[in-house]
Amino acid sequence: MHNAAALCLGVALAGLGTAPATAEISAARAAALEHVVVQDCGSCHGLVRKGGLGSPLTREALAHAAPEALAAIILDGIPGTAMPPWRALLTEAEALWMAEYLLKEPAQ
Amino acid sequence: MIRFLAAATLALLVLAMPAAATEPRATGGLGLIVERATGSVLLVDRMAHETLARIDGLGDLSHASVTFSPDERHAYVFGRDGGLTQVDMLEGRIKARVMQAGNSIGGAISDDGALVAVSNYEPGGVRIFDAATLELVADIPSGGKTVGLVDLPNRRFAWTVWETGTVWLADLSGAAPVITDLGHAGLNPYDAVLSGDGRHYIVGLFGEKGLTLFDMWQDTPEPVRFLDDYGREDAEMPVYKMPHLQGWALTEGQFALPAVGQHALLWVERATLAQVGRTALHGQPIFAVAQPGSPYVWVNFALPHNDTLQVIDSRTHEVVTTLTPGAAVLHMEFSPRGHELWVSSRDGNRVFIYDTHSRTVKAELEAQSPSGIFFTARAHRTGL
Ligand code: HEC
Repeated sequence: MHNAAALCLGVALAGLGTAPATAEISAARAAALEHVVVQDCGSCHGLVRKGGLGSPLTREALAHAAPEALAAIILDGIPGTAMPPWRALLTEAEALWMAEYLLKEPAQ
Repeated sequence: MIRFLAAATLALLVLAMPAAATEPRATGGLGLIVERATGSVLLVDRMAHETLARIDGLGDLSHASVTFSPDERHAYVFGRDGGLTQVDMLEGRIKARVMQAGNSIGGAISDDGALVAVSNYEPGGVRIFDAATLELVADIPSGGKTVGLVDLPNRRFAWTVWETGTVWLADLSGAAPVITDLGHAGLNPYDAVLSGDGRHYIVGLFGEKGLTLFDMWQDTPEPVRFLDDYGREDAEMPVYKMPHLQGWALTEGQFALPAVGQHALLWVERATLAQVGRTALHGQPIFAVAQPGSPYVWVNFALPHNDTLQVIDSRTHEVVTTLTPGAAVLHMEFSPRGHELWVSSRDGNRVFIYDTHSRTVKAELEAQSPSGIFFTARAHRTGL
């Protein structure tokens, strides 16, 4: 599973600037995005999303938020903080997928 | 017949006995590789290019780091989940483990090997433990998330607080710890590093331009700002990962420092703190490490350039080679005298071993999501 995700990561990050916001997220791309959340968001938010330099991103911590609002944070970052904008690397559809993933997926 | 039986019995005995029990082994050629996602570490023989054992049960190892006892017998592994684990490098097993906090970020060991300090995010501050028993010796809250924890000579530690920018010095050489506020480094310090001679503690800032240096050889070290104007705003790029200052290069009388939010390395003359060069790079640098016994500095990068390494000549400040070892290169560790460089490729599930003179891969090891690589020779260096 991790291997498959690793292989698609480059593809997911490279091809995305162009995909329309409504594009479906394929299973392979979803696996790559999950890998990005765990590993690369994880470098600030922790592998199990309990926080680090970044705030906790567990389901419980985000319960107050709407997926669209979280997707906007992911795309544009939070100016004046260490949360970077991911727009150069993720499409809007992918950011929304990530937001929904954070809201539904329990941290291991 | 009897002779035959005796010989057979002997052979069986020899077979049944683990090699470690019969053959003495040294620790100077050993190391640990952190397997980030599985909570395990690999015990490796860096001279034989071999994995000796996988040790499981160390918890969340994202951002894990390792220090070693002065005799290289024990490793201390600092986990993200607050776990502090003592690993026996000869027996290849966990000897002691405590959950000392909720969320931690790194650690250091005192020069005499008696005390292990852990820097914490949750709760903030630093906790200090007896290196032999892992019993709590001192608990020092510092009002925020702790970064840049280093050991200083004579049982001292220094660290910096992300939220407040304050630098703290703890002296544990006497009966009771003496804690001193060294002053304000700047806005949102993300990491710090101590030069190998124990003199300069340099704090990197995320919240504003510049870095701050403390001369730890002075009786009362004071903050000195430098590189105040390296143009952060001009070409501000998203910072997908904070640079690490630990292991940052000091070579040719210069510090090689990361330009946060830029794809560049800045060269600062140690004596004057003036910028003497700038090297444009392939991505935002994460680690820049000097190859021992050479003028070369090796650099890895943040997402999305993290499949690449560049080698820079500190005399000319020019990139001499660009290499692409594999997906998500997280860490590099030199053999103590620099003939080899071990490189972890997290998403390639591999550790590559480079011959640093030909700059080619001479061996590789399999590992699960490898991140940090730590050789026992670190035991003998100040500030790690
Ligand atoms: C370089 C560090 C860093 C990285 C990498 C990072 N974040 Fe953040 N993130 C932060 C910080 C710091 C904050 C808190 C900012 C503040 O003080 O409000 C934050 C906040 C957030 C928030 C808002 C949380 C809330 O409670 O409102 C979300 C959502 C988030 N990040 C998602 C992500 C996702 C998804 C990724 C990966 C694609 C990611 N972050 C990668 C540092 C980071």
